[in-house]
Amino acid sequence: MARAAARSTGRLAWPVTAIAVVALAVLVLPLVALVVRAPWADLPELLASSAVLDALVLSFTTAIVATAICLVLGIPLAALIAHAEAWPTVPRRLLRAAVTVPLVLPPVVGGIALLMLLGRRGLIGHWLDETFGITIPFTTGAVVIAQVFVALPFLVFAVEGALRSSDRRTELAAATLGASRWQVFRHVTLPLVAPGVAAGGVLCFTRALGEFGATITFAGSLPGTTRTLPIASYLAMQTDPDEAVALALLLLAVSVLVLLTLRDRWLPGATA
Amino acid sequence: MASGGDRVNIDPRASDAADGRPDHGDRSGGPARAGGRARPGAAGAPDRPGLSVDVSLSFGETRIAAAFEVQPGFPLAIIGPNGAGKSSLLSAIAGLVPLDSGEIAIGSRRVDGLPSEQRRVGMVFQDYVLFPHLNVRDNVAFAARMRGSRAAARAAAQPWLERYDLVALADRLPSELSGGQRQRAALARALAAEPDVLLLDEPMSALDVEVRAEMRAELATHVRDFGGATVLVTHSPADAARLADSVLVLEHGRVTQRGTLEAIRADPATPYVRRLLAASDD
Repeated sequence: MARAAARSTGRLAWPVTAIAVVALAVLVLPLVALVVRAPWADLPELLASSAVLDALVLSFTTAIVATAICLVLGIPLAALIAHAEAWPTVPRRLLRAAVTVPLVLPPVVGGIALLMLLGRRGLIGHWLDETFGITIPFTTGAVVIAQVFVALPFLVFAVEGALRSSDRRTELAAATLGASRWQVFRHVTLPLVAPGVAAGGVLCFTRALGEFGATITFAGSLPGTTRTLPIASYLAMQTDPDEAVALALLLLAVSVLVLLTLRDRWLPGATA
Repeated sequence: MASGGDRVNIDPRASDAADGRPDHGDRSGGPARAGGRARPGAAGAPDRPGLSVDVSLSFGETRIAAAFEVQPGFPLAIIGPNGAGKSSLLSAIAGLVPLDSGEIAIGSRRVDGLPSEQRRVGMVFQDYVLFPHLNVRDNVAFAARMRGSRAAARAAAQPWLERYDLVALADRLPSELSGGQRQRAALARALAAEPDVLLLDEPMSALDVEVRAEMRAELATHVRDFGGATVLVTHSPADAARLADSVLVLEHGRVTQRGTLEAIRADPATPYVRRLLAASDD
């Protein structure tokens, strides 16, 4: 048995294979269970409820807006990080750390931090409240801000990776042909990293769509306003598990769809 | 074929001193300019400015210092071993690497303070560095596109495509071209910008050995048609002989010899030059 297993997987030792199979099971079995136990018969009815539709529309709208904001903000930031290679060590590392921290931070911490900044008594929030009467927390805008905070690093690093692997001399060639810095960015840099931008944008969108911790902390769970699909799914678990499973299934379907669109674009530059 | 020493505008005083500086005073007039106009092929070129370079720059640990002048229609070949700083010197003229000090002038125009895009210096890179996301037409149209609409730029590119025999290849991406076709496209792209100065960085090195002689002859024709000040970097005496009127030898960042290839061949100043000229060329 052991020898056969070793042969069948090339030179991999059988304990390694065995553990790998367990790992695979850890990843796949829960999803299999979700699909198997889903209330398939009631699914159309469950997904057609107004609460679900509200959450669905809200989730997709906010995730699309958040992704658009991430694209606008993230591409220049990625360009800055790529250019910072020529900087001294300390500012270069600080810049990179500033983008990495939100990536590894528990989203709930991000939500609390956003409250400290934009909450009614927050650093900027109290001024917004007193001067303009603008209150950000617990609005749809807060949902978008929470999603941007959490998803932006994914976009930045995807684009930065594409920038690193592109031939910088094309930018120099463009300069000798009369292109200003902006024209170089617009006509050479940006098209060359387009696959990375696409991959980063899709990653960003899924991350925004799945956002839970920062959103519920900073934006709460107001039906139709801030109750996104993940939050609705979590809350439904207390009252109507079937609805929760249906919502979970919906999110799974979206994730699989995204994976399929990403399949050929996963490696930026592979298409070049 | 470069032969007549009378047409070469290397200052004779500079040729016997390794660190000699050419005289910057007499660029305006002269036999070289008149000769450039009289030359076959360069007849269509209007009064093109010369290039005057007197610079020092750093390339890693190597400090490069060189001074030379290039008259329109009389290409200069910078020849030297790997790591001598040839390409860095060329990049500095194009404004792609900073100078430590010195001056670069095109005609009466000082360009060393200008960004690359304002220098009017065309460059053909070593492996051509065509824009991989643009087809040949849009590569050649690039400079015009920076100044106008896409339609206008494509129209402006058409005569260049015709002149460089690229019409049939216009819709192909650079990845679909042979080495020689890439060279033509890169040359057309650079010259379509109508630069005052043309720089060629190892123009033959990315080509297969079998096609080099043919491409070298073709390139010589195009360089002559351009008719402006041209500098090429090479480590091949054959390139220098075919493409340039005079040679400047750069070793470890220093100019060790300059003159016509014949003059250098007659009296090599350093062991490197002697070995280079003795070796059989491609």
